[in-house]
Amino acid sequence: MTDPILTVTGLKKTFDLSQPFLTRLTQGGGRKYVHAVDGVDFTIPRGTTLSLVGESGCGKSTVAKLLMGLTQPSAGSIRFDGHELAGTRAGQPPAVRRRMQMIFQDPYASLNPRWRVARIIGEPMKSFGTHPDPVARRKEVDRLLEFVGLSAADGEKFPHEFSGGQRQRISIARAISTKPEFLVCDEPTSALDVSVQAQILNLMRELQRELGLTYLFISHDLAVVNYISDQIGVMYLGRLVELAPADRIFAAPQHPYTRLLLDTVPDITMAHRDMDRPAGEVPNPITPPSGCHFHPRCPLANERCRAEAPVFRAHGDSQVRCHAVQEGRTDPMPLRKAG
Amino acid sequence: MTLLTVENLTVAFPGRSGTVNAIEDVSLSVSPGEILGMVGESGAGKSMTGAAIIGLIEPPGRIAAGEIRLEGQRIDTLRPDEMRRIRGRRIGAIFQDPLTSLNPVLTVGEQLIETIQTHLKLSKDEARARAIDWLRRVGIPAPEARIDTYPHQYSGGMRQRVVIALALCAEPRLVIADEPTTALDVSVQAQIIALLRKLARETGVAVILVTHDMGVIAETADRVAVMYAGRIVEVGPVAEVLTAPRHPYTRGLMASIPRIGARPDVLPQIEGAMPRPHARPAGCAFAPRCPVRIEICGQTRPDLTGHATRSVACHLSEEVPA
Ligand SMILES: Nc1ncnc2c1ncn2[C@@H]1O[C@H](COP(=O)(O)OP(=O)(O)OP(=O)(O)O)[C@@H](O)[C@H]1O
Ligand SMILES: Nc1ncnc2c1ncn2[C@@H]1O[C@H](COP(=O)(O)OP(=O)(O)O)[C@@H](O)[C@H]1O
Ligand code: SF4
Ligand code: SF4
Ligand SMILES: [Mg+2]
Ligand SMILES: [Mg+2]
Repeated sequence: MTDPILTVTGLKKTFDLSQPFLTRLTQGGGRKYVHAVDGVDFTIPRGTTLSLVGESGCGKSTVAKLLMGLTQPSAGSIRFDGHELAGTRAGQPPAVRRRMQMIFQDPYASLNPRWRVARIIGEPMKSFGTHPDPVARRKEVDRLLEFVGLSAADGEKFPHEFSGGQRQRISIARAISTKPEFLVCDEPTSALDVSVQAQILNLMRELQRELGLTYLFISHDLAVVNYISDQIGVMYLGRLVELAPADRIFAAPQHPYTRLLLDTVPDITMAHRDMDRPAGEVPNPITPPSGCHFHPRCPLANERCRAEAPVFRAHGDSQVRCHAVQEGRTDPMPLRKAG
Repeated sequence: MTLLTVENLTVAFPGRSGTVNAIEDVSLSVSPGEILGMVGESGAGKSMTGAAIIGLIEPPGRIAAGEIRLEGQRIDTLRPDEMRRIRGRRIGAIFQDPLTSLNPVLTVGEQLIETIQTHLKLSKDEARARAIDWLRRVGIPAPEARIDTYPHQYSGGMRQRVVIALALCAEPRLVIADEPTTALDVSVQAQIIALLRKLARETGVAVILVTHDMGVIAETADRVAVMYAGRIVEVGPVAEVLTAPRHPYTRGLMASIPRIGARPDVLPQIEGAMPRPHARPAGCAFAPRCPVRIEICGQTRPDLTGHATRSVACHLSEEVPA
């Protein structure tokens, strides 16, 4: 693989949910943990996009926070362009962290309501010292505002004067203000209407082309992910169950959970699809099922799946965590039509 | 026979800079057993239309024009206590967040039984049996055991099933479902969609399904009304509107949705943003963003016109090939 900018190996984050929080929830005592991220490995080549998908609570945002140093890993390594970041906090070391920024889902909550837009966008440039001179900084803010499709005059306004899509443009301007090479985008369009979503996705693609940005993109919308990604990682209860090139995963999904996700996407071209709906919901992450976490929902589960956790293994262009795939007994499952 | 007809409905809110119309001149009808989808971006007026129908517009907002009829009876002019009786009994409601519709200190069974007994003449035992039956119908496993548990003991998807049971247990003729699956995971959303369709078919209840998700509309609704800036701009059978949209806004919207199986370099996008209610332009509200506007669009507002099942509010609707 060419020029990996980010390599994550064996990344784990365990939250301790023991006393006193859980005394209310559980009858007995004992220690309780959530393995929010339970051994995740991936590599993102420079200038490309890797997306993480999966149902609520599977650990996507936790991966994002670990990469940004907003929370510390329990184990594993995060290498960014040769620098080990596991164990360093957000903003540290500044020379490396300046090169990584994040865009959040909620364009309302992530902008300080009492600051004018120019100050919001200029803040990272100030704190990382890339534009210490206020006049030069303001000039750069104006340029950024226009670059993301707003106007320089918007710098004088407050966040509440903007629509959701415009606020997300402000978030993007802030994120790219320190000329980062790597952006973590946690559901950047999930709170937006589809017509606004298209504008933001196009802007992100354009930025990637013009600035050579690398993205870790998080979404639960497979069609969005299909548009934006080079690689897609499917997560289930803290683990990557499939990681593959984007076109590959839609044309030939391997893991039974990937297939389930693809089957549940509402399809605007398929009115009144009256097929049987896949059953089940994500189990409680505090007491995940034994063996393969997916076995209670899996049509291919057998004794081995209930007893033994499958390992993440290369399978053609993909990496898959599934006994059935490794044993070659997935054949009767229909393949989705290719793109 | 239509179940519900809404004619020329306008909801107005007095504001500092004069009165603004949250929705304007909205007309629609729903037949028994039919699922009418309402789509449009945030602020288009979908929820306001639903709120007007169930009589839950928050003052100082008010119905400034038009009328609403349920089974022929005018319901927009009823007193609040009369409307309260219709809500629940003849019109049910399902909202986005299941927790706001459920009382956390009552068991699921207590809530169902109370609703059933308020609206139907049944004994406590009959109501309980009916409640268990509804939990089973909405797909709650082991309903006899779960009926006596509290909402927080259910997952998000299960809670929304309970909300659906609550909305349907008094056997209303119409249910307004406002973003019922927006807070749910896609796999759970798919299950809830299938459930709504099944119940509409089985019980003949009509559903107005408000959502901003075209995929949900495609899979659930029979007809769809597209709203823009407080008005319905296009209405028709789902398959026709989604595959051959005629209003330029609907066309732009459909084109801007990313699809599995297509990876264009650039997604087609509608430039600009929907105007706020106080800043709607004269003429067609979509004109500033419309790629095919003509001179008259900036002056005269197009009416929603059409034949039989398909209507469009656009000066070009006759010319635009179907
Ligand atoms: N600070 C925390 N303390 C305890 N548990 C946590 C904490 N943050 C996350 N978790 C748990 O870790 C798991 C993964 O959470 P995470 O927020 O990463 O999920 P996600 O995939 O981003 O979900 P969503 O799609 O809902 O955003 C969940 O079970 C969550 O409850
Ligand atoms: N309490 C209110 N006072 C004034 N205007 C309101 C109020 N609630 C909603 N509106 C306006 O009514 C319009 C329609 O809103 P709504 O029906 O909630 O839209 P949707 O459900 O399509 O997102 C919006 O322009 C909104 O700003
Ligand atoms: S390991 Fe077994 S249970 Fe898990 S996904 Fe594969 S076949 Fe299904
Ligand atoms: S009426 Fe005119 S501006 Fe409005 S949608 Fe039709 S062509 Fe476009
Ligand atoms: Mg998250
Ligand atoms: Mg709404």
